[in-house]
Amino acid sequence: MSSRSGRPQPGWVNPPGHYLKRDEMYSLVGLVEYPPRAKYLFSAGQAQSRFLMGLKEGKILGTRCPRCGRVYVPPRMYCEYCHTHTLEWVELPGTGVIHTAVISYIGTFRERRKEPVIVGVIQLDAPGYTPGGYEFAGLFHRLCGVTPEDVMSGRAIGMRVKPRWRPPEERRGDINDIECFEPIEG
Amino acid sequence: MGATHPNIVVGTPITWVPLMRRVAIVGAGWAGFRPQVPELSFRELVFEAAQRAYEDAGVDPREDVDAFVSCQEDYWEGIAIADEFAPEPIGGALRPTYTVAGDGLQGLAQAYMMIKSGAFDIVAVESHAKPSDIVTLDGIYDLALDPHTIRPLRAANPLFTAGLDAVAYMSRTGASRVHLAMVAAANKRMGLHNPRASYAGRVTVDDILGAPYYIYPMTRYEVAPFADAAVVMVLASEEAARRLTDNPVWVEGVGWSTEVGTGAVEYHKWGHMPSLKAAGLMAYRAAGIDSPTGEVGFAEVEDRFSFMELLSLEELGLAGEGEAHKMLETGDFSPGGYLPVNQSGGSLSVGVPFEALGLWRALEAYLELREHADKYDVPRAIVASWRGPPTYTSAVAVLGAQ
Repeated sequence: MSSRSGRPQPGWVNPPGHYLKRDEMYSLVGLVEYPPRAKYLFSAGQAQSRFLMGLKEGKILGTRCPRCGRVYVPPRMYCEYCHTHTLEWVELPGTGVIHTAVISYIGTFRERRKEPVIVGVIQLDAPGYTPGGYEFAGLFHRLCGVTPEDVMSGRAIGMRVKPRWRPPEERRGDINDIECFEPIEG
Repeated sequence: MGATHPNIVVGTPITWVPLMRRVAIVGAGWAGFRPQVPELSFRELVFEAAQRAYEDAGVDPREDVDAFVSCQEDYWEGIAIADEFAPEPIGGALRPTYTVAGDGLQGLAQAYMMIKSGAFDIVAVESHAKPSDIVTLDGIYDLALDPHTIRPLRAANPLFTAGLDAVAYMSRTGASRVHLAMVAAANKRMGLHNPRASYAGRVTVDDILGAPYYIYPMTRYEVAPFADAAVVMVLASEEAARRLTDNPVWVEGVGWSTEVGTGAVEYHKWGHMPSLKAAGLMAYRAAGIDSPTGEVGFAEVEDRFSFMELLSLEELGLAGEGEAHKMLETGDFSPGGYLPVNQSGGSLSVGVPFEALGLWRALEAYLELREHADKYDVPRAIVASWRGPPTYTSAVAVLGAQ
C-alpha cells in the first residue's frame, strides 16, 4: 500500500489527501519560509580560550578548584560547587578511560545513517585528583577503533583510550583538533 | 501632579495579603557595563557579578541562598534553552533555579513573590547581556516582528517603533525636540559620576540638536547604545535581612504588564505606554501607595530613547499627562529638584544590556537608597523599565529605605 506520492505506509490506513511536494506546500497562503539571520561571535573567555589554544599545541588543559580539588575539563574559571575562582592550570596527559559510550544509528531527524556513529564520554587521567563523586575531568568526543560490539558487550566501558590528534599544521584551536579518542593498544 | 489613570484596567486585581512578611534587597554586584567585554565569556561575566553580590550580602550561595532566578532570552544569548546555562555561574547548580525570559525587574518580582510566600528566605536574581557577541542584531530584531504583516515590508530598522511613539507623544503633549535633547544632555552629564556609565559625556542641548537624525525625531545622542553587563542582586525575608545587614532596602511593591503581542504593532496605543501605567499601578497597590505624589524621593525610569523618560514619568503618575516637559523646564527632575530622575545617568549614559536593564536600574536605586537615603524627604524610589522595542512589556518596582 502506498500514498499518491509513492511513500509506503506499512501498517497504516492512509489518511485522505496526499503528501505535498515542497513547492506545493510553500505556495499555500499563510505559509512564510523565513531563514533567521542569527549570527554570533561567542567570546570564549579566559578559560575556554586557553583550553582551545592548548589543543592547537596538542595539550589538554584544565583548571583545579583550590577548595574541593575538582579538576575542570573543559575548564571553567570558577568551581560550580564551591563558587570560587579556579586559577590553577593543570596539563593532563590526555589518556583516560571510556566512562560511557553510545552507538547512534540515526540522525537528529531520526533518519537512518549509513554508518552508525560511536561517541562517548572519556574520563581523563588527572594526576593528583581522585574524583570524589560522579564528576571527573572529561571530554565528550567521537570514539574510533571502538566497535558496536565493544559497546554492546560492555567491553568499551573502562577501555583505556588516548586522543588521536590531527597533524599540527591542520590544528585550528578547535575541539576538532582531536579527531577522536582511540583505544591504547596492548 | 495628582494624575488619574483613565481607560486602564489592571488585569489581575491583586490583593497582597498584609500579613505576609516584607522583602528586602541585602546585596548587589555588577560586572562589565562597557561597550564590549571581549576578554570574558558571558559565564565569566556573570560569575564576577555574582561573587561581588554574595560578598556584598555576606552570603555563601552554596549554603545560604535558597533559590535563584535568571533573566535572559535565547536569541540574545545565541543559545537555545539558555536556561540550562543559568545555574552554574551563579552558584545554582543542583539548587532551585529557573529563568524568566523577560526583563530583570520581572525576575526581581519573582524573587519578591517567592520570599513573600514564605517558601524561600534568600533568593538571588541574575541578569546579563553580551550584545557585542551578536553580529546580526538587525536579524534578531527582525525575528521579533510579525512574520506575515511586518517582516515582509523590510522596513530597514526595527527600532522604528520608538520613532513612531516619539512623534505621537510629541504631537499629543507639545513636548519639543529641545525637551528631548534636554533629557539626553542631562542624563549624559549625570552619568559622568557613575562608574557604570560608558556612554556619559559633556554634551550640550545644541550639540544634540545639531547632530544628524538617527531615528526621527532623535539623534544618536538620544538613543541608548548597547552594553555588555551582568547584575546580581540578593533578596531576603525581613528576618534574614535583619541578620545580614544594617541597611536593607525594602522591595515595597512590584508590578509588570504587557500591552499587546509584540508582533501586532498596530494595536499599540501610540504615544503612550499603557503597560508601564498598569505595571506602575500594580506596584503602587502592592506598596500601599494611593497616589505617588509626594510619596517618592527619586526615580530611575526608562530612557533608552530620550522621549521615553518624559512619557515614563507621565505613565507612572509622577507627572501629569502632558506635563513632564514643563516640569523638566523648571528643573523639577534635576538632582536636588522636586523629583530627581535618572541621576545614575540613565541608559543613555550606561547603555542597554538587554534584559539586565531593569535590574541595573534597581541596582542604581538600591545603591542610592542604601548610601544616601538621608538626602531625601521620602527615602523611596520608583524603578521602571520597558523591555524596549518592539515589545510592549514593562515592569516597575517600588524600593524604600524605611
